[in-house]
Amino acid sequence: MQLPLLTESSRCFVLQLAATTMASTEIARQAGEGARAVPLAGHVGFDSMPDQLVNKSVNHGFCFNILCVGETGLGKSTLMDTLFNTKFEGEPTQHNQPGVTLKSNTYELQESNVRLKLTVVNTVGFGDQINKEDSYKSIVEFIDAQFEAYLQEELKIKRTLHSYHDTRIHACLYFIAPTGHSLKSLDLVTMKKLDSKVNIIPIVAKSDAISKSELAKFKIKITSELVSNGVQIYQFPTDDESVAEINSTMNSHLPFAVVGSTEEVKIGNKMVKARQYPWGTVQVENENHCDFVKLREMLIRVNMEDLREQTHTRHYELYRRCKLEEMGFKDTDPDSKPFSLQETYEAKRNEFMGELQKKEEEMRQMFVQRVKEKEAELKEAEKELHEKFDRLKKLHQDEKKKLEDKKKSLDDELNMFKQKKTAAELLYNQAQQAGGSTTLKRDKERKNFF
Amino acid sequence: MSEAVMADAMVSPAVGGPYVEKAGGPVVDFSYVGIDAILEQMRRKAMKQGFELNIMVVGQSGLGKSTLMNTLFKSKVSRKSVLATGQEKIPKTIEIKSISHDIEEKGVRMKLTVIDTPGFGDQINNENCWQPIMKFINDQYEAYLQEEININRKKRIPDSRVHCCIYFIPPTGHCLRPLDVEFMRRLSKVVNIVPVIAKADTLTLEERDFFKKKIREELRANGIDVYPQKEFDEDAEDRMINEKIREMIPFAVVGSDQEYQVNGRRLLGRKTKWGTIEVENIAHCEFAYLRDLLIRSHMQNIKDITSSIHYEMYRVRRLNENNTVVARANGIPEHHLAAHEM
Repeated sequence: MQLPLLTESSRCFVLQLAATTMASTEIARQAGEGARAVPLAGHVGFDSMPDQLVNKSVNHGFCFNILCVGETGLGKSTLMDTLFNTKFEGEPTQHNQPGVTLKSNTYELQESNVRLKLTVVNTVGFGDQINKEDSYKSIVEFIDAQFEAYLQEELKIKRTLHSYHDTRIHACLYFIAPTGHSLKSLDLVTMKKLDSKVNIIPIVAKSDAISKSELAKFKIKITSELVSNGVQIYQFPTDDESVAEINSTMNSHLPFAVVGSTEEVKIGNKMVKARQYPWGTVQVENENHCDFVKLREMLIRVNMEDLREQTHTRHYELYRRCKLEEMGFKDTDPDSKPFSLQETYEAKRNEFMGELQKKEEEMRQMFVQRVKEKEAELKEAEKELHEKFDRLKKLHQDEKKKLEDKKKSLDDELNMFKQKKTAAELLYNQAQQAGGSTTLKRDKERKNFF
Repeated sequence: MSEAVMADAMVSPAVGGPYVEKAGGPVVDFSYVGIDAILEQMRRKAMKQGFELNIMVVGQSGLGKSTLMNTLFKSKVSRKSVLATGQEKIPKTIEIKSISHDIEEKGVRMKLTVIDTPGFGDQINNENCWQPIMKFINDQYEAYLQEEININRKKRIPDSRVHCCIYFIPPTGHCLRPLDVEFMRRLSKVVNIVPVIAKADTLTLEERDFFKKKIREELRANGIDVYPQKEFDEDAEDRMINEKIREMIPFAVVGSDQEYQVNGRRLLGRKTKWGTIEVENIAHCEFAYLRDLLIRSHMQNIKDITSSIHYEMYRVRRLNENNTVVARANGIPEHHLAAHEM
C-alpha cells in the first residue's frame, strides 16, 4: 500500500527539521508555565491594550448573523425591523411554498463609530407543508454549509482569515406560536436538531394574543417540555461578575414573550412603537406589556460578543471535530513528528486517485464491451438482410419461371390452334373443290374434327 | 432543498439619533439600538482573558539588554535579575533562555515573556550565529501550527510566537557591522525587528543623527524592512503615523533601573560626573519613543502582523513543503499540486 512511502516522507521530514549549525545550540525554556508575578514600579502603559484591541476591531468592523426560524406569519420580519430600528427589505411570503428555503440578506448598519455587518436569515415556508418531516433538514444543511465554508477557508494553504466575511449563524431566534398550551411537535423536533449546532433563543411570538396569566403558564410549560426533551437552549453567561446578575435574572424569563411593531403611536407626549387595538395599545418597549426590551438587552447590548464566541469555540469546534474525524484524520501523539493532517490527506488522495483510475478502467471496459455487442447486433441484422434478399430473389426467380412456363404452354396452345385452323381451312377449300359429295366427307371431317 | 440567497443589500439604514430626521422634533434615544455596546463587551472579554507578549532581545553582551528590559517594564523582568548568577560568564555557544512574568496594571493582566540570547555575536567566529535564533522562532511557529491543526484543540491556543525582536546596535557611530546586516536581513523576513542604538549616552546629538542616517541608508540599501514595515501599511492614516516612526528609527536608547533626584523629582537615570541622563526625557534619549511605540500604541499591531503575516507565511511554506516532499516521493509532478486543496 502507500505506507512505505509515508515513512519515507516522514524521514525526509525529520532530516529537514534537524538544523545543522556551526554554533551548536542549547535551548532552555525556564518557567514557561508557572510565570511569576512581578510588581511594577511605575506606570508602564500597557493598560491601553484593551483600547488598542477595541480600536482595531472598530476599524475592522463587526459582523453578526441571526437566523429566524418560525412558521410563516409569526412576525419574524417585523421583529427584526423593530430590534434594529430600520426597515429591512422583503414582502411577506405566501403560504404555499413546496419546501423550506432559507433566504439571507446582509445589511450594513452603523451606530456612532461601530460598523456592523448584520445578516438576517429567514426560513421561508417553515411549517406550511402538509408533511413537515423534512422541514428541519434545510435549516441544518444551511447552518452546516456556513461552518463548512469557514472550515474550508481555515484549511486553505493561502488563507485570509482576518478579512473573511464570517457567515456562521451566531444566534437562532426560534419563534413559538402563541397557542397558550404547549410546544408543537414540529418545534420540539426542530429545536432538538438545532441545539448542538447553534445558540437557540426561544421566543413567544405575537404574545399580545395571550393574557398575562396564560403567558406565565405557557412559559412554564415550554421550559419544562424543553428540559424533559433534553433541548439545550442558550443560557446567558453568568461567569463574569459585571453581567452575572442581570444574565441570571434574564435566564429565568426565557422564553421571551415579544411583540414587534414598526408603527408609532402617540402616548402622552411621546411617539412610541406600539400596536393599536380598539381596546387598548400594546407598547413594544413597555416592560409590563412584553419582553421586547429584555430580548434587545440580552441579544444586542449585553451578550452579542458572547454569542459570537460560543458559536466559534463550541459549535464550530464540534462541527470541525466531527467533520475531520469523519474524513479519517486523527491526532498524532505529541512526540511523533509528521503532520497527521497532511500525510493522512495525501494517503487519502492517493487512495482516491487509485479509485478514480479503477473506475476509469471499468468504464473503459464497459464501453468496449458495449461496442462489441453493438457490432455483433449489427452483423446479425446484416446477415438477416442478406438472407431475406436471397429468399426474395429466389422467390422472384421461381415466379418468373412459372410465368415463362405458362407463357410457353399458352404459346404452344396458340400454335396448335393455329395449325388446326389452317388444316381446317385447307380441308374446307378441298371440300369446296370436290363439290357435293364432299358433304359427307365434310360431315365426316366435321365429326373427325370434333 | 435549501437555497440561501445572499442579497448584499448595502443599505445603511439610519440607526441612532444623529442620522435620523423625523418630523416632529429631535429623536430621543428610543431609536438607539445599542450596537456599540459590543465595544464594552469586547473590552470586558479582553480584560478577563488577559494578554500575552513575547519579546526577544538580541545583541552582544554588555550592551544593556537586561537593563533596558527592566526599564521598559519598570520591574525586574530580565533573566539576570531573576537568576542571581554570581559569575557573568559569556557562554561558549548561543543559548536561548526565556522567562515569563505575569504583570498587571489597572486591571489589565499581561503575560510577558522575555527571551534572552546570551552568546550572540560574542564568539570569535560568528558565522551562522543567527541560525539558532531563527530555529527558535520557527519552532514557536511550528508549535502553534501543530496545536491549530489538532482535531481536539484548546480553546485558546497558547501563543509563544515571538512578537517582537529588539536588536541592539553597538554605538560605534560609523555604520552597521556585517554581523548586524546579516542578522537583520535574515530575521526581518520572519519576525518584526526593532533596531535600537544601545548605550546612546556615548554619542553626541550630531554623532547620533549621523549614525542614524547611516544606518537607515544601509538598511535601505540591503533591502531590510524593519518594523513598522512599509509593505504592511493599511491605509493613508497608518502610513502617515508609520512614516514619522520610520524617520526616527533606530531609537537611541539609554536604560536604567535606578532612580535619582533631579530637580526635586525622582527620575530613572544614569548619574555621571558631568550630569545625570534622564531616561524618560526625550531631549536626552529616545527611550520614551521606544516605549510608546512598543507598548502604548503599537503593541496590538505588532501582534497582528506576527499572527496574520509572519505566521501565515510560515504556514504556507510549511504546508507547501510537505506537499512537495510527499509528492516527490509519490512521483507526482509538482505543478499538479493546487495551492488550495481539500
